Amino acid sequence: MTVLSEQVIYMDNNATTRIAPEALDAMMPYLTRFYGNPSSMHTFGGQVGRAINQAREEAANLIGADPSEIVFTSCGTESDSTAILSAIQTNPEKNHLVTTRVEHPAVKNLCDNLEIFTGRKYHVTRLPVASDGTLDLQRFKDSLTDDTAIASVMWANNETGVLFPVEEMARIARERGILFHTDAVQAVGKIPINLKETAIDFLSFSGHKLHAPKGIGVLYVRKGTPYIPFMNGGHQEHGRRGGTENAASIIGLGRACTLAAEMMTEENTRVRALRDKLEHGLLNTIPKSLLNGHPSQRLPNTANISFEYVEGEAILLHMNQVNICASSGSACTSGSLEPSHVLRAMGVPFTAAHGSIRFSLSIYNTEQEVDFVLATLPDIIAKLRALSPFWEDK
Amino acid sequence: MWEYTDKVQDHFINPRNVGEIENADGVGNVGSIACGDALRLTIRVDANQVITDAKFKTFGCASAIASSSMLTEMLKGMKLEDAKKLTNDDIAKALGGLPKEKMHCSVMGREALEAAIANYTGAILPMAQGEVVCECFGVTDLEIIRAIRENSLTSVEDITNFTKAGGGCGKCEDKLRALLAETVAGEAGHPPSVVKKKRMTSLEKIKKIEEVIEREIKPTLKKDGGDIQLVDVDGDFVTVSLRGACANCHSSRTTLKEYVEKKLREQVLESLVVEEDK
Ligand SMILES: Cc1ncc(COP(=O)(O)O)c(C=O)c1O
Ligand code: FES
Repeated sequence: MTVLSEQVIYMDNNATTRIAPEALDAMMPYLTRFYGNPSSMHTFGGQVGRAINQAREEAANLIGADPSEIVFTSCGTESDSTAILSAIQTNPEKNHLVTTRVEHPAVKNLCDNLEIFTGRKYHVTRLPVASDGTLDLQRFKDSLTDDTAIASVMWANNETGVLFPVEEMARIARERGILFHTDAVQAVGKIPINLKETAIDFLSFSGHKLHAPKGIGVLYVRKGTPYIPFMNGGHQEHGRRGGTENAASIIGLGRACTLAAEMMTEENTRVRALRDKLEHGLLNTIPKSLLNGHPSQRLPNTANISFEYVEGEAILLHMNQVNICASSGSACTSGSLEPSHVLRAMGVPFTAAHGSIRFSLSIYNTEQEVDFVLATLPDIIAKLRALSPFWEDK
Repeated sequence: MWEYTDKVQDHFINPRNVGEIENADGVGNVGSIACGDALRLTIRVDANQVITDAKFKTFGCASAIASSSMLTEMLKGMKLEDAKKLTNDDIAKALGGLPKEKMHCSVMGREALEAAIANYTGAILPMAQGEVVCECFGVTDLEIIRAIRENSLTSVEDITNFTKAGGGCGKCEDKLRALLAETVAGEAGHPPSVVKKKRMTSLEKIKKIEEVIEREIKPTLKKDGGDIQLVDVDGDFVTVSLRGACANCHSSRTTLKEYVEKKLREQVLESLVVEEDK
């Protein structure tokens, strides 16, 4: 069965986004006529290199960086791995890392494996979060030691949208001479970021979360930060990442970054208002529903709501029947048999964790779509609750 | 995205026999909200020992709901004798198959049926008497052995797919492997001896950690003018705070890892990780 994009109400933008038509237009020539190698001496290839450097400027502008601080990678995950592995290699005498319990698997599993596969040579502190998903700054400060090689803390959580005070944390780390990395895959393009004014050493982001294609990422490396590449090879990216550039995707990403900058106000006004309407509407009309995550310290596009006594996969499948796309933190959808590690770290009770649904909007969503979801979801939840042996006990 | 058959989709979207029979002859409750799925099955049995009605209420994913719905359809009009012989595979087959990661949903259906029949006949279910092997999902050795036998399971992953055991923290994997080896050996002619290894509940773990700290670690640190307090135990993560001389000592990290963690690992659990709460 095939479902076309025109048919769906797509509210799963933290999973991935549609490619902006403008970004696709910018890419097409580099998938067809301009196929030269950017490293070539001839003009035919060299012009691709020029286009890549323009994309580098566009990416730098979106986050307030210098173009020389931008390294293109294959995805957000590669950027995360590169930053953390670089930091531990440039600090060979240090054996400690600080991170949080709610990181994306790109950071979480890397840290877990660093501990396990080095026979616990590395030791990781995973900071807990409060029930609204926020971090305690003092606790972060206290976790840093003279042995700490790097602190890696996400800017925005992919499941709840909760924001961490990474600028403040980077300053604290800097005072201690500790490198600071932030996984900003969910934050870049959704909230204004100006790295010049921060002490952040590394920042990761990913094209497919901001209307560029999948399989293209960025690692920001602050000027002067010690750096050892993850992908060794040719002199591409000034020797910071070997491998012939994914030219078309880089160019699409550049265009998408410029669009995101132009849309920043809309994201934080119209999209936020749509999200708020959806969120308040659901919380007000569906009994025993609750918001996961801090009400205001949050991305403008994300709402994670639990519907108690029903199970997430069942909700998603009913939504799927009417072509609404979203995600769940329930066990059945997490690929394991336990609900999401983020919700568990927040102490969300099991009655609610299994029934969590994440709605994540984008500039392409409309008010009619929100109205449709508001009109549809209460019946879906009621139908499933009528089946639930726990609901009647209420 | 799960690949569900049309039958599963149909029974999920239009579940049959939803509800609860009033004054039912047999009631079976299995699962829990913490585990992510639960089923309450009620049956009516007539004087001829035939199931005349069956209803269900289910909390769970699409395949849990579909399995329950299908089960009630199959049961209606069935002789009690035949119902006793129904297996999870019968339910899965009737649905045109289930993804292998979802087989535990059919197992839940059959367990609810057994519970309901036992409730009707007044029998005591043997399954509940086993030793809990997987704490995360409360699965007993007897349940696991039966799943291995009836479905010819060959790996720990299979066991997880059919019973959920091992799908949480993963700490029971070694025990599952041992059960698998013994059961398979038993099938080949040797009688399986159920391992009755001692398991540790969270409470026991915390108690033991406290004990070791009080009895051994504290007195040693006190000799050097230090002190230690247990702050929190979260899974394998043990948080302690160092006091007195230890708190300011620049080698407190070494103390923590080389001494405290080592002692706790030796005496309580190999997988413990000790962290300092400052
Ligand atoms: C917070 C966060 N970090 C990292 C990633 C991984 O990015 P990518 O899919 O580009 O590897 C994602 C996306 O899934 C994410 O949400
Ligand atoms: S005890 Fe079995 S998975 Fe945790």
